[in-house]
Amino acid sequence: MLPGWLIVGASFAYLLLLFAVAYFGDRRADAGRSVIDNPWVFSLSLAVYCTAWTYFGSVGRAASGGPWFLPTYLGPTLGLTLAWLVVLKMIRIARSYRVTSIADFVASRYGKSHLLGGLVTLIAVVGIVPYIALQLKAISSGYALLVGEHDPLFRIESQAGWWQDGTLYIALALAAFTVLFGTRHLDTTERHEGMVAAIAFESVVKLFAFLAVGIYVTYWLYDGFGDLYARAAAVPELHRLLAFDGAGRLGYGGWFAHVLLAMLSIIFLPRQFQIAVVENVNEQHLRRATWVFPAYLLAINIFVIPIAIGGLLHFGRGTVDPDTFVLTLPLAHGQSALALLVFIGGLSAATGMVIVEAIALSTMVCNDLVMPMLLRSRRLDLARERDLTGLLLGIRRGAIVVLLLLGYLYFRLAGEAYALVSIGLISFAAVAQFAPVVIGGMYWRGGTREGALAGLLAGFAVWVYTLLLPSFAKSGWLDPGFLEHGVLGLEWLKPEQLFGLTGLDNISHALFWSLLANIGCYVAVSMLRVPTGPEATQGALFVDVFRSGAAAPASFWRTGAEAGELVPLVARFLGQRRTEEAFGAYARSHGLQQVSELKADPELVHFAETLLAGAIGSASARVMVSTVVQAEPLGLGEVMDILDEASQVRAYSHKLEEKSRALEAATAELRAANERLKELDRLKDDFMSSVTHELRTPLTSIRALSEMMLDDPDIDVEDRQRFLGIIVSEAVRLSRLVNQVLDMAKIESGHAEWHNTDIDLCELVRHSGDATLQLFRDRGAELHLHLPESVPTLRADHDRLLQVMLNLLSNAAKFVPTGSGRVDVTLSCDGERLRVAVKDNGPGIEPAQQPVVFEKFRQGGDERSRPQGTGLGLPISRQIVEHFGGRLWLESVPGEGATFSFELPLKSAAGEG
Amino acid sequence: MDKKVLIADDEQNIVISLEFLMKREGYQVEVANDGEEAVRRIRASRPDLVLLDVMMPKKSGFEVCQEIRSDPEMAGIRILMLTAKGRDTEVAKGLALGADAYMTKPFSTRELVDKVRSLLEH
Repeated sequence: MLPGWLIVGASFAYLLLLFAVAYFGDRRADAGRSVIDNPWVFSLSLAVYCTAWTYFGSVGRAASGGPWFLPTYLGPTLGLTLAWLVVLKMIRIARSYRVTSIADFVASRYGKSHLLGGLVTLIAVVGIVPYIALQLKAISSGYALLVGEHDPLFRIESQAGWWQDGTLYIALALAAFTVLFGTRHLDTTERHEGMVAAIAFESVVKLFAFLAVGIYVTYWLYDGFGDLYARAAAVPELHRLLAFDGAGRLGYGGWFAHVLLAMLSIIFLPRQFQIAVVENVNEQHLRRATWVFPAYLLAINIFVIPIAIGGLLHFGRGTVDPDTFVLTLPLAHGQSALALLVFIGGLSAATGMVIVEAIALSTMVCNDLVMPMLLRSRRLDLARERDLTGLLLGIRRGAIVVLLLLGYLYFRLAGEAYALVSIGLISFAAVAQFAPVVIGGMYWRGGTREGALAGLLAGFAVWVYTLLLPSFAKSGWLDPGFLEHGVLGLEWLKPEQLFGLTGLDNISHALFWSLLANIGCYVAVSMLRVPTGPEATQGALFVDVFRSGAAAPASFWRTGAEAGELVPLVARFLGQRRTEEAFGAYARSHGLQQVSELKADPELVHFAETLLAGAIGSASARVMVSTVVQAEPLGLGEVMDILDEASQVRAYSHKLEEKSRALEAATAELRAANERLKELDRLKDDFMSSVTHELRTPLTSIRALSEMMLDDPDIDVEDRQRFLGIIVSEAVRLSRLVNQVLDMAKIESGHAEWHNTDIDLCELVRHSGDATLQLFRDRGAELHLHLPESVPTLRADHDRLLQVMLNLLSNAAKFVPTGSGRVDVTLSCDGERLRVAVKDNGPGIEPAQQPVVFEKFRQGGDERSRPQGTGLGLPISRQIVEHFGGRLWLESVPGEGATFSFELPLKSAAGEG
Repeated sequence: MDKKVLIADDEQNIVISLEFLMKREGYQVEVANDGEEAVRRIRASRPDLVLLDVMMPKKSGFEVCQEIRSDPEMAGIRILMLTAKGRDTEVAKGLALGADAYMTKPFSTRELVDKVRSLLEH
């Protein structure tokens, strides 16, 4: 038992500490050195998910259902891991369009609709206020336990009157704290850095306190996990808690539903949206959070089952409320200090939730509920009012106080009723109704305002009917008859077995029907008509947020306003100083010195609207801006034109990319062609160099010998005769060379003339043999012709083929050994081709030399005895044979002679010409 | 003492012309028909001057020149390179490798004789 003043003092000291942390965070933010620009702080602040309901209630649920408390934590783990891209897109959208709450998100997406924003706000308030009450109850009963206002079974005895109840003051204190840090000033981004820092801090505190009591129970009171589990296994009732029998009383469908529910609530609970999306300062932090936050959940859940078992072992089943085990176990063992720490941890969990939730809800209430009503009813007054910042802050502060008082009211009224105790999951189911319109709005352009309204209303109605009303009935506030028999006695309308659906727990059942109705109505009603201009505009902005980047869609306002009217308009809501700062920064970013130099172009109008949206919500901002801007928002046709233009630009840039690719390909081709040309050029140079060499060599002898004979008339006749012989033969060599070079050039360039006739190759070979007979005789060599009786005629140029034969035969004659030479010419025909082989018994040609002999000016054989030749005979012969579609090749084994063969097709294209 | 000239060329008719020309000037003449034979004969008989063709089988004139110049004992041998390829790079290459002079074919017999004479006088 602890004295009340100590607990209150400790609590206030703790709140002051939070206050200090928050103050520090705000100061650092103002100085531009943000403490929350850190992935760890972001991840810890996400743990605002773990409320007093987690802190006390997990043990309670584990004590009754074993692993049944787990889906609430598995959901967020899976959700963050699997759906972080969705969250990332939300953050990007929220940042790009200054979305300040989930209501604003929905309103903005569906054409900046006041009605939708209001509806979302309403659902959120109805779903969340009881949840706030639950936090107050946790603090209140914790306090009562600590000060000893309980019977031996720790049941709280007295309840003070309304004005003496400490819970009221707790609520008011929390309201004050929330007002201080949530609404100190208006910010266009609705960020509260100090608050986030405080939340991250309290996440550490509650984790520390819970681990402390967990370790105390597990290792102090018992001998660790093994000991606890062994003892529990010995008691049949407790044994059940340890068994993970898969489905338990939930069934697999139930497990799925509960995991899904928790997965949705990690994003769609207003406080989670506030922390994860609105307060996020850097998208990159999300990556770290995808594992840090699940790790946090794991840490805070590790001791849940041990504490539950410890409590049940100590107190026995059905005596002390398991929800209080974390406090009553230390108290029962006289550990007052530990109990106080645990209480502070619980207080921490509760305050964190209440503060963030209240800020998020108050923003929604102000921007999406109150402001639109004021704009509608007292529009003229508002227009006259000079500075509205005070009014805005007043509305928000009032909303916070009212919300907390509503929470307190609900707490007082509900007491121990079912409607309060089971509110955690019921709240989750309420906010799950936002999922279809939000996620659908981010990925589907077809959603319309009516579709979203219909979906939300249907889902909310089913939720009220299947969860809220039954919870009231179970609390005794309504006649429970309709639970048993359905409304008007219609069995199929039984709220917990709608249309006869049984076998699911009430939460899964309600989630199934509400989401079915929600999604069904959303999709069906949306499909009834094409989105209007504003809907299509916003739809495109949301769905394509990653593509359009941060670029403002300025063109969606058709005409400009007076810059002189925009600035005062914004100033009325944001205050003079902040407005001047914002417009000044905008002017500087556009290279202008003064705000007065700004042109009121559509971009500036959009900028002003975005600024206002941060303060009063996107729908109200649109209304306010339209009072000074003389333009109607674009109609659908015009928006489609703009989109069309955008897609044309895309198509154009696509074409441009293709062209540049084609250009690159062309460049590569040109480069390759250039390489080929260079190579050809080099070959031509080599050719020229070779020709020069071949021309100069005979000229050298001719010139030298003639000069000598000219200079010296006394040379004897014999020498003179010899020299003249050389001069003549070199002159012949020169003319032959010139002829062959010209010949080669003609054939290669395709200018050669071909006189085709029908040729009998037998006759041609015989002719060539006769022509070279003298040559062979001079060398003392034999020539043998092996010819068939007859071969089919061939259409080709007779003289050219004779040139080939003579070349091959004279080559052979040059290389056969003097005196014992033998050359065999064989002609054969296989029906399609004619083949001629010229075989000699010369020295043969080395394999390495074989391809070389077909190159220009490269003569094979022993160079010393190199016979007269130009080195062009074989290349020309090959060109001729190939011209007629045939081929010329060489087979040779060194030492065993060489065989040059060519074959010609009987039918060839060139032969027809 | 008669100066000794080695003619290294694979073209028989050019060898005949050069041989006749050099003998008429009163030099002793020796002939090599390829690069390897040229190196062999230069080492063996130490001529005073070599008329060296560039395009020869087995070893080019450049290689022969390089080999002679790398041996200090043969530093005194004059080398006159002859080539039918008239490119400037060939001339530069020959001189860089240590040839004393360079002439392109077809050459003037008078100029050749003058060149040989002047090389042998120094």
